[in-house]
Amino acid sequence: MLTLERVSLTQDDFTLSADLSVAAGGIVAVIGPSGGGKSTFLSLIAGFDTPDEGRIVWEGRDLTGLPPGKRPVAMLFQDNNLFPHLSILSNVCLGAAPVARPSSDVQIRARAALARVGLDGLEDRKPGALSGGQQSRAALARVLLTDRPLVLMDEPFAALGPALRSEMLDLVAEILSDATVLMVTHDPDDALRIAERTIFVSDGNVSPPVPTRALFDEPPEALAQYLD
Amino acid sequence: MADRAQPLGPGVWVGVFAAATIPALILLTAAAVATSADVGRGLAPSDWAAIRFTVWQAFLSAVLSVALAVPVSRALARRRFRGRGVLVTLLGAPFLLPVIVAIFGLLAIFGRGGVLNAGLDLLGLPPVSIYGLHGVVLAHVFFNLPLATRLILQGWQDVPAERFRLAATLDMDASAVNRHLERPMLMRVLPGAFLVIFVICTTSFAVALTLGGGPRATTIELAIYQALRFEFDLSRAALLSVVQLAITGVAAFLALRYIHADGFGAGRDRIVQRWDARSRSLKVQDTVWIALAALFLLLPLVAAVVRGAPALTTLPASVWYATLRSLGVALASTAFVVAMTLLIATASVRLGTRGRLLETAALSAIAASPLVVGTGLFILIHPVADPARLALPVTALVNGFVTLPFALRAVLPALRMIEADYGRLADTLGLTGWARLRLLVLPRLRRPLGFAAGLAAALSMGDLGVIALFADPNSATLPMQVYRLMGAYRTNDAAGAALLLLIVSLVLFWIFDRGGRSDAHT
Repeated sequence: MLTLERVSLTQDDFTLSADLSVAAGGIVAVIGPSGGGKSTFLSLIAGFDTPDEGRIVWEGRDLTGLPPGKRPVAMLFQDNNLFPHLSILSNVCLGAAPVARPSSDVQIRARAALARVGLDGLEDRKPGALSGGQQSRAALARVLLTDRPLVLMDEPFAALGPALRSEMLDLVAEILSDATVLMVTHDPDDALRIAERTIFVSDGNVSPPVPTRALFDEPPEALAQYLD
Repeated sequence: MADRAQPLGPGVWVGVFAAATIPALILLTAAAVATSADVGRGLAPSDWAAIRFTVWQAFLSAVLSVALAVPVSRALARRRFRGRGVLVTLLGAPFLLPVIVAIFGLLAIFGRGGVLNAGLDLLGLPPVSIYGLHGVVLAHVFFNLPLATRLILQGWQDVPAERFRLAATLDMDASAVNRHLERPMLMRVLPGAFLVIFVICTTSFAVALTLGGGPRATTIELAIYQALRFEFDLSRAALLSVVQLAITGVAAFLALRYIHADGFGAGRDRIVQRWDARSRSLKVQDTVWIALAALFLLLPLVAAVVRGAPALTTLPASVWYATLRSLGVALASTAFVVAMTLLIATASVRLGTRGRLLETAALSAIAASPLVVGTGLFILIHPVADPARLALPVTALVNGFVTLPFALRAVLPALRMIEADYGRLADTLGLTGWARLRLLVLPRLRRPLGFAAGLAAALSMGDLGVIALFADPNSATLPMQVYRLMGAYRTNDAAGAALLLLIVSLVLFWIFDRGGRSDAHT
């Protein structure tokens, strides 16, 4: 269970407040208008921002003061998910431990993760030599190796075409079935495709998760405005 | 990024300390000269002459450099021709050029037995002397015309291309374009270019040492050197240092907001298409300016190479020993600059907006006169040790301090970009300390860091400043050795040694800069 207890953060003239719990397991979509606070919400959980008030708790453990690398959190960003100067294999190995020379055990696991996302044989390539879809797969392989229970995704597939994006979403649903995934998206279809629950974020307010299908069947007013 | 939850590691504090040592060294040496200065004695008439000469030659040099750079940079901004890119790159070269080599080349053209006087002799005209005011100004224009040209060229290229297109659709001729577009830009750019060059010319010791001298052409720095080396009058040297400190301090304070690394680095380069400049007379005018500037800058270098080449194989052993010492100094200085730059830049980026303070602290080194810092160190070292024995370490240290602002200006923006693009990813992966440096920062920082290292190596290799205060014959660096050979009228050996110095400096720069580019990652 992930809980944000009366969390609030003010940056310039924008305030985000969140008071909600997310039950562990499954994929949760985070949806809402641009500038509504979706990314800030993820930043708080990842540890890039510290709340002015309130606590962030995961499975009874207080995360509020922990630096990003010490949290049980793996993250995929919109872009720059891979270091362009390192090979795909090195990039994936970094998920296991932030060291220059990964152990042979880590390398074996990294190769297995790459095989699972369908990239076997491309281990020695640099990210620049891969297509956009392949880069997303490599980043997912790293998340697999990071093996952290909470996975945050900030529109990681926004740059991909519709078909490729659906493919990646299905892959996420398949390989991250043990984790709790919070995924920011612009597209209601993405949410309907893989997320059982959805969190609506608007004007700095984070609503508790509700079943996705029910939410879109009878959207509250703010969401209805956004969808139109 | 100051609000990041990541705790500040010990590295940040080491970086803050590193940045603090720069103003600390300047203040320490300033305090040393200030307490040794015998103020009661006041300034002698010869000291006043030195002050007047310093300001006057710097003023003339800056005015001439900037005035000549306007037509040259305008020609470069609006003409495309073969070799233009090479020429613009070469404009950055004098910054790396050892001063003594350039002076050797200038002497070969304008000196007593040079090409110019040979020509005058053929015409039955009396010879001109390069020594004194006009020699010093000539050398300063040689070094700073390229810098001024690059600074003003940047101004020209910062004018949006759309404005020139608009001018073309309004059918403006060259004088209308000049009035509406060029003059406002020049009014903005020229004061800065003038001040930067004025500061540089008040602290260019090597030029005054070789081409100045005597009661009518002695700069303050040269007077400091003479007081220290020949009269051994520490308190007079200290008093003059205080004066020098005041002059460079005021000038640098005025110039600081204009000082950018752009004029020294690679810089971006594009040609603006100009419809107002298509007339034949303007084409001829631009061609003449470019040709004259190229000749003025290239001929002395060609002369230095031509004169030096035959002597390269017969260089005395002392020159080779001096080369080894210089290499040691250059490499030590480079290691120092690279380490300090990394520490200060990393801490500055981690501290976010507060980190700007570190940048300012490091930039203060621009305002310092290396010779005054050297004098301060001499005063501090003299009671406890023989300065000559510490000549090489002190030279490496002071050279490093002088290069640091330029290195930092090259590295900091790149590091900010790396942190903006990959900082969060590295944070979630727990990449900190050594692992972050090794896996993220160093690979992506190779280019600017290689450039900075090349700069440090070349500048330190060619330096003829602090070493002149400290060196004895057993600790001479290569530039010092060239100067001594010239003073002893061993012109052939001096020519060979000068060429060797030129080659080693450029090769050092090339190796480091190249090292940053090779196997360049996307």
